[in-house]
Amino acid sequence: MLKYILNRLFHSVIVMFVISFIVFFIMFKAGDPVQLLLPPDATQQDVIEMRHALGIDQSFIKQYEAFLKNVAKGNLGNSFVYGQPALNVVFERLPATLELSVLAMIFSILFGIPLGIIASIKPKAWYSKVIMFLSLSGISVPIFWTGMILVLVFSVLLGWLPSSGRGEVYLFTSAFTWDGIKHLIMPVLTLSFFQLALILRLTRTGMMEVMMQDYIKLATAKGVPRRVVVYYHALKNSLIPLVTVIGIQFGQLVAFTIVTETIFAWPGTGKLIIDSIQNLDRPIVVAYLLIISFIFVAINFVVDVLYTFIDPRVRV
Amino acid sequence: MQFFKNELVVEFFEDKLAVGGLVIFIFLCVLALFPSLFSYQNPYDLTQLFLQNSFQPPNHTFWLGTDEQGRDIFSAMVYGLRISLYVGLASTILSVTIGYTLGLISGYYGGWVDTIIMRIADIQLSFPAILIALIIMALWGEGIGKVVIAITIVNWVYYARTARGVVLSEKEKDYAQSAKALGMSNFGIIFSEILPNTTAPIIVIATVRIANAIILEATLSFLGLGVPITEPSLGSLIANGYQVLFSGYWWDSVFPGVLLMVLVVSINLIGDRMRDIMNPRLKR
Repeated sequence: MLKYILNRLFHSVIVMFVISFIVFFIMFKAGDPVQLLLPPDATQQDVIEMRHALGIDQSFIKQYEAFLKNVAKGNLGNSFVYGQPALNVVFERLPATLELSVLAMIFSILFGIPLGIIASIKPKAWYSKVIMFLSLSGISVPIFWTGMILVLVFSVLLGWLPSSGRGEVYLFTSAFTWDGIKHLIMPVLTLSFFQLALILRLTRTGMMEVMMQDYIKLATAKGVPRRVVVYYHALKNSLIPLVTVIGIQFGQLVAFTIVTETIFAWPGTGKLIIDSIQNLDRPIVVAYLLIISFIFVAINFVVDVLYTFIDPRVRV
Repeated sequence: MQFFKNELVVEFFEDKLAVGGLVIFIFLCVLALFPSLFSYQNPYDLTQLFLQNSFQPPNHTFWLGTDEQGRDIFSAMVYGLRISLYVGLASTILSVTIGYTLGLISGYYGGWVDTIIMRIADIQLSFPAILIALIIMALWGEGIGKVVIAITIVNWVYYARTARGVVLSEKEKDYAQSAKALGMSNFGIIFSEILPNTTAPIIVIATVRIANAIILEATLSFLGLGVPITEPSLGSLIANGYQVLFSGYWWDSVFPGVLLMVLVVSINLIGDRMRDIMNPRLKR
């Protein structure tokens, strides 16, 4: 087990190293941020001084070397735009993004799994068909359109919910204040719509597959009550593949906050990355991507370890 | 008429929803193939646009209203549909071809070829797809061809993985082994023996991913990083309409969104049915 963990850890470090190199190279090739940072009437002298101050007047190899030396000290460089350490800038906005993603995930699981079970027990019933059709729309609607329609209905037409911002924040989250909750409702719904539908559909397929197994037939034949068969014997086994999906999908949720945050002007990392890409703010882009891939790698790791506990067939 | 007697085809037509999806999809394809037949004006011919028509709500002449330049929204949607479909199909065909070939080779030969291809896939999969596409587009600029390539770069991995998995089990089977014993070349075995036996799962995934590609393109365009507004897809039409949504001109963004949704739902209905038919674990 320890060997496996160390191996995985080593592999992850390599992956993140490669990612940092690729992103660094792409951003190096992308262009000169100084043109965007200085006012249009800046002199040639200003440009040269600024390029020197940012350290981007050197060759690619030199710059990457400096970057690696900084990384060894736990520093990913200063943001070109904000002038602060890039990691700080990203971490400052990370709680807002994680808040959205975590709440959206909880919401999707709370509704997706029960609805999926209901739709799987009697697949031919009318309510199952309604659930399945709704879930199909759920995976077919682009996330930005859901957000747009919510804004149109609840902000423009009804005026019930605010269409932008985070509201009052208490202890890193808006979830503890009434004003904050009002701001949270639409972004969380927007973000979870697709996820909910996906989890629902996977639960249903999983349940239907498991219900056809011999051990379920045996349990039924033995006279075990239907309820126990469904909610204990079948559910337990159909949840196993869901764990992986939920793990992977959490990463997707974090990525899709880019869209949600753009629509609702949510002050998180999603808006930051869009702005930073456009401003060619390399340190921020590199820091953001490394953090995201770290979250991804960490989740995959946790999922794999969890797997060995819940599925006895997988033993490392 | 052999086609309609095929067991799988018969099974497909048993599901009314899936047939409905197929009918709608074919109808939308016809619209997209001959946009000028169905639209009131060529929305990108500036001589046909009149500013006094701007921001009209839906009425007799302009069924779905007009935008700020007096462009008929319905006509713009038909042309936008064409571009959305084109991007979805082109990027899927490209990524299937590339991903499938790499997956077959990777699975069949194993060794260092396999290691390299799958390591690249691993690195790519350690990132959400939309992020990769976003970065490519942000640095590369807008453009239809660029979006197709960006989506291809994102999507080939899924086909490569599936193809590799299938090959690993197929190459041990008797028919592949006997082809080898008969002295068939490796390429011959891969492409004329194994390939025909592995197309089913790939077709199913490809169908579902066309829908995905269309949504990805729309999302990129919505963020202003996809198809340019001079040749808009449904996504860029929505993005354009979104800017005036708060002024009350809801028809500019809502109708293109509805069409996009209908398109993706129809594809997903087809894909869903195919997946159910092909899933051996749901067979009694």
